[in-house]
Amino acid sequence: MGGATVVAAATVPDALTFAIAAVICVGGAFGVVLMRSPVHAALSLVATLFGIAVLFVEEDAQFLAAVQVIVYTGAIVVLFLFVIMLLGVDRKERVLADVFKGQRVVALVLGLMVLAEVVLLGRSRWTTGAHSATGSLEGSGSNVAKLGRALFTAYLVPFEVTSALLIVAVVGAVVLARRPDHRPVEPIEEVEVPLVPGPDDDPFGAVGTDEDAGGSTAPDETASTVPEHASSEPEHEPAEVPST
Amino acid sequence: MSDPLFAHGVGLAVILIVLVKVVVAFAALLVCTMLMVWFERKVISDMQNRIGPNRAGPYGLLQSLADGTKLFFKEDLLPEKADRFVFRLAPLLAVIPAFLIFAVVPVGGVVTIAHHVVELQVADPPMGILYLLALSSVAVYGVMLAGWSSGSKYPLLGSVRASAQMISYEAALGLTVVTVVLESHSLSTRAIIQSQSHHFWQWNVLRLGIVPFAIFMIASTAEMNRPPFDLAEGESELGGGFNTEYSSLRFALFYLAEFMNTITMSAVAVTLFFGGPDGPGFHVVRWLWPILWFLGKTVAFCYVQVWIRASLPRMRYDQLMDLGWKRLIPLSLGWLLVVAGFIVSVAWGAALFGAGVLAAVLLYQSIRVGRRRRESLAAAMAAAAVPRPRPGGNRQGPVDLRPLAGTGKVGT
Repeated sequence: MGGATVVAAATVPDALTFAIAAVICVGGAFGVVLMRSPVHAALSLVATLFGIAVLFVEEDAQFLAAVQVIVYTGAIVVLFLFVIMLLGVDRKERVLADVFKGQRVVALVLGLMVLAEVVLLGRSRWTTGAHSATGSLEGSGSNVAKLGRALFTAYLVPFEVTSALLIVAVVGAVVLARRPDHRPVEPIEEVEVPLVPGPDDDPFGAVGTDEDAGGSTAPDETASTVPEHASSEPEHEPAEVPST
Repeated sequence: MSDPLFAHGVGLAVILIVLVKVVVAFAALLVCTMLMVWFERKVISDMQNRIGPNRAGPYGLLQSLADGTKLFFKEDLLPEKADRFVFRLAPLLAVIPAFLIFAVVPVGGVVTIAHHVVELQVADPPMGILYLLALSSVAVYGVMLAGWSSGSKYPLLGSVRASAQMISYEAALGLTVVTVVLESHSLSTRAIIQSQSHHFWQWNVLRLGIVPFAIFMIASTAEMNRPPFDLAEGESELGGGFNTEYSSLRFALFYLAEFMNTITMSAVAVTLFFGGPDGPGFHVVRWLWPILWFLGKTVAFCYVQVWIRASLPRMRYDQLMDLGWKRLIPLSLGWLLVVAGFIVSVAWGAALFGAGVLAAVLLYQSIRVGRRRRESLAAAMAAAAVPRPRPGGNRQGPVDLRPLAGTGKVGT
């Protein structure tokens, strides 16, 4: 803004696309913060990620756009939703209450810092809709080919180290989540389930798949579902939910 | 077409051509879906010695139209516990990717209309194949949110199954697509069919060995939730699965998406492995032959899909996950390495193939040893355990834990 020199001139379609995508991104970001139901918040996150993917396409970074959708929208947010659904934490939250003390002040400070960083990095060229803020692709050849060459030559070591890190994380997660092998496969029979539970002792309440999936929030919902929970719990270990 | 937004000016003719392409593709896909429903019902009934739909129109051709009209006029129910917004959003999220995937499929060759060179496909983005993978990963949302937002148990279970299944098989699908990309040196679908043109032994199904194609077929069937992988619906266990609570037009949208996905995935398989519109042509109407070849191959693939549906029983959930994670993903990863090796040199390819076989044997042996140990341990435990009476014995009868003990896991 403000008469800064841009590398490639922004045309009308560019500006329009940028404007629409920006509205989607920012609207989605607000939705993530303000939506009361976690599922709606996750869907707002999807909107934001899509808007960013559109911006990537506009910047001629098609590979990044596709990967953004595949990885973030297709895997990570799906995983979020998966956890939300399986753990039944999809009750609505009071968005105006602080969960931690001083949360808002810290959030404000951090947000301002990020904003300052963006302005400094973009050097005030970040709302023009131009094809590139720092410089266009040099030389011939497709975007993908260049990215691939850079990844497997100049940045080979960081790339491999990152993938090793991810593998280690996956193996670690599997090891942590795994039931020890030498224990007999009947832990469920050790749980003493009272035949007629009181409203307060719900042995599976913490992890059972919640039938209140629709996110409806009658205040007495949890109390009324407890007996049904305890008596109709299927003979599965609650811990054995399929992950990914 | 490296300028997706036509930043450097665009003529009216170009806009018109693009619009016509979009409208034609949209309409053709809708009509084909209608015919696909009829085709599937007819073929299956033929395989089951039945007649199938034969009332509406000649050979029952208009049956799908009649069904669609009926669904359209049914009452649109919204369950009380449903999340209203997401419940309405989910069918759209299922249908839209099904339409959009078809945009990158090359239907025919290149023609010249009014001095404009037009590729017979809606769009040819430089990352066409990744676009396809991205949209198929978006398609997960339709099923997943449909089940969740219904506010009912069976749909939720169906959708959780479906999303786990689709994410798992996406990995195998992606890895086989990477072998195609390696062989064709490009992500664009147009370049992929061009690299396979002229001779049928250059089709990727033969160039890559049969394995990637087989994996692609299995994984795409699972990705579409078609039988034998339709655990998301599982009528016998889950009522109707993720779409139990849907009725009227919204249900019709799910149905539409399912059959449209069958067509688009067949078309994608033709594009990736069978040369797309490639085939012998004649000099008479030159632009027509590629389209006919493409249509013929796609119909053949649709027939195969129906055939699979008619002949294979539904899998159990742990079998499904075993197949995906323990067999298809390692196999496709290993085959990817072999293909990469053969591209470098024959010696490398042969060496990697040998190493892959060796690794597979070792892996199989270690799994077998581990399983045998666990089984003997479980048998010893079972022999030592004294069955003790429980309060309310009818609730927890003798639960058959053998399937769990055999595989050592449920889910994952």
